[in-house]
Amino acid sequence: MKAYFALFSARFRMLLQYRAAAIAGFGTQLAFGLILVMILEAFYRSGNAEQPLTQAQAVTYTWLGQAFLGMLPYTANPDPEVRDMIRSGAVAYELALPLDLYTLWYARAIASRSAPTLLRCFPLLFVAYLFLGMTLPPSLASGAAFLVSLLAALFLVSAFSVLITVSLMWTVSGDGIARLLPSLVFLCCGLIIPLPLFPDWAQGILNILPFRGMADAPFRLYLGHLPPGDVFAIVAHQLLWTLAFVLLGKWLVGLGSRRLVVQGG
Amino acid sequence: MTLPVVYCLPVPQIIVENLVKTYQVAERPIGVLGGLKALAWPRYKTVTALEGVSFSLESGELVGYIGPNGAGKSTTVKALTGILVPDSGRVEVMGRIPWKERVAHVARIGVVFGQRSQLWWDLPTIESFDLLKEIYKTPTPKYVQTRDELVDRLSLSELLNVPVRQLSLGQRMRCELAASLLHSPDILFLDEPTIGLDAVSKLAVRDFMRVLNRERGVTVILTTHDMDDIEALCSRVILIAGGKILSDGSLSSLRAQVTQERWLIVDLEEQSAPPCGQDFEIVSQQGDRFTLRYQPAQTDTAGLIGRIAAQCSVRDLRVEEPPIEEIIARLYGGAGK
Repeated sequence: MKAYFALFSARFRMLLQYRAAAIAGFGTQLAFGLILVMILEAFYRSGNAEQPLTQAQAVTYTWLGQAFLGMLPYTANPDPEVRDMIRSGAVAYELALPLDLYTLWYARAIASRSAPTLLRCFPLLFVAYLFLGMTLPPSLASGAAFLVSLLAALFLVSAFSVLITVSLMWTVSGDGIARLLPSLVFLCCGLIIPLPLFPDWAQGILNILPFRGMADAPFRLYLGHLPPGDVFAIVAHQLLWTLAFVLLGKWLVGLGSRRLVVQGG
Repeated sequence: MTLPVVYCLPVPQIIVENLVKTYQVAERPIGVLGGLKALAWPRYKTVTALEGVSFSLESGELVGYIGPNGAGKSTTVKALTGILVPDSGRVEVMGRIPWKERVAHVARIGVVFGQRSQLWWDLPTIESFDLLKEIYKTPTPKYVQTRDELVDRLSLSELLNVPVRQLSLGQRMRCELAASLLHSPDILFLDEPTIGLDAVSKLAVRDFMRVLNRERGVTVILTTHDMDDIEALCSRVILIAGGKILSDGSLSSLRAQVTQERWLIVDLEEQSAPPCGQDFEIVSQQGDRFTLRYQPAQTDTAGLIGRIAAQCSVRDLRVEEPPIEEIIARLYGGAGK
């Protein structure tokens, strides 16, 4: 356990070295958030039917999405560290460590999902709250429910992104899966359009799929759009999917490491 | 009364028996059309990397494992370190099958791959060391002692707080060596540790390996293309080519296997006639320096020197064994690769 914690803290310290990247990320997410908020505003002004989210709620939802964007496997590179290792053959060193490979990659995924997010979310939330129309949760209970399910979301997202990494054991380049899946996740977890704004027929499917638990569910707990009492059902849904991904990932790693060819002399 | 006598045969630390490994390699015809064809009907060919390799090592040996590119050196090392599962054959390292008990196995070995890095690129070296301490669960006092000793031996004290990306290759390699030894392994695998290093760094790495092997009794398995590494360090050399072991023994027996010949290097005065005779041939001539090759079994060395000294005006001469590169090149050539 200590080893995995040390891994996490090394990752965190590594990120702290890149101030420029952190500032750039902050700027990008601020700009994207503004665009999304403007689109939402146009959408709310032109529609006259009652929407499932109020405009203020939709704006807050969007800023939460931007603040915790780093947690989601949203780029073509869900886990660049391990991916580069597999491509360059440095994964040989990974296998030379006395650690279970799946657990090691899971720990790396948690670290690479959470460390940059921790670094970036606070300034963004602060600015969005002060100047850009973001609101606080309606009650302390909503806030607490949000934090609990956000933590569960971290485990869920990490287990999912390890699966993408594991697929590299079969495809070497892995760009295909690594580009395709994040776009799907991005759409299905509510980062492009808040999930409550999706048509009714889609809600049933979205409720079963794992992606809701990656962003939408915690965000709606924050808004009070879901009552704080729902947190138990939501966390159960998140952890069940996490368990499924972990078991699948462990099985695939076992299968993959038997056929793994470490490239090059 | 007779006492029962118990004979304990020492069990080798590493046993490799009949190791076989094949790879599937995708065949790609060249050009766009060929690429499209390969996309529709991928074809694979089987490449045999190891074709029944066997050897065993005792604890405390320092062995050079050499062979041309693609001979199967790295594949063997990967099988021994538990990274790769072979097709068939037996491997036992300290009583364990590496790929079956990988975690327990790798906790007792150290690995350095000369062309890759195990250090965190963006962090100071000391942070990688501290991380390895946690990963190997080394108790703090033991870690501090081992680390300080390594820092001292490899003169790392100036480098510990520099991010790894800013180290030179030689500096980084010294750090890599230290990193692989922080958990005091019994066996150290070095895959081309001196590749790309300058002369000073090479000597430092070699000296360190010698000390490690002699003083700490660590078994060292060294793969390299640098024959100076082998000559300087290894009492035993295993030569592999085309997936088979061609030779296993001391460097001198390796020489003897190829040739018994000696080289006589003669520096002549400027006006001198060139040496000529039936029982030697001239390998090269550089200015006034002639390199002659002869068989000491047929030609008496003292007699040959006497004749040449009488025939030409000699400034200097010496007798040498052919350089190890020459021997190895002939062995590789003989392997038809």
